[in-house]
Amino acid sequence: MKADATLDCIGLYCPMPIYNTAKKLEELKPGQVLEVLADDEGIKEDMPAWCSTTGNELLGIEEEKGEYKAYVRKAKSK
Amino acid sequence: MAEKVTLVVFSGEMDKAMAAFNIAIGATSMGMEVSMFFTFWGLNIIKKNEGSIKSRGMMRKMLNFMNRGGSHRLPLSRFHMLGLGKWMMSKLMRDARFPSVDELIATAKEAGVKFIACTNTMGVMGLSKEAFIPEVDSFGGVAAYLAEAKDGRVNLFV
Repeated sequence: MKADATLDCIGLYCPMPIYNTAKKLEELKPGQVLEVLADDEGIKEDMPAWCSTTGNELLGIEEEKGEYKAYVRKAKSK
Repeated sequence: MAEKVTLVVFSGEMDKAMAAFNIAIGATSMGMEVSMFFTFWGLNIIKKNEGSIKSRGMMRKMLNFMNRGGSHRLPLSRFHMLGLGKWMMSKLMRDARFPSVDELIATAKEAGVKFIACTNTMGVMGLSKEAFIPEVDSFGGVAAYLAEAKDGRVNLFV
């Protein structure tokens, strides 16, 4: 999947992946896509929950060899 | 208006403090407003690590000597084993790149979490404001807590 920016959260545990995602997404423009790399399995539940709470769109989570790539599209406006 | 989260941090152990800060930091990431009320043993988490704790009276002096507190002195709630268990747990956490209590405090402050110290316990234990780290935003009592908690969507006691 194509992304406008990538955030590396490999080696980080909850709550840092979602905390860093929230911070990084502030730098992006609405509609842009952020790719989050993580190896904490919790992201499979946390990222959908975070997106539904904050109103950002989860485009999908890809899993490969214990690493996860989550794609988040920044919401248009709050 | 942002949804509110309040945490009463009653316990003064490292593992429980970490759980409390994790929830607080997570909540700010979800766009929520977070207040942490530190009371009783929980005050140990936000005491300065350096210097001695000044208080009046022999019993309070004794209490504050034995219950010195400070983020570096927090025991584990289980398997502390005179510090050996804590040393092992801290090493495992460092190896896993899990943030320390100090790092969690810094991240929580950066995320805008409010720290409130309970003046009631401070009075009983003879603690002055100088005993606490500058990250503490205010000093208040149960009304200050309840005023926030009544509008809170998530209110936890740790």
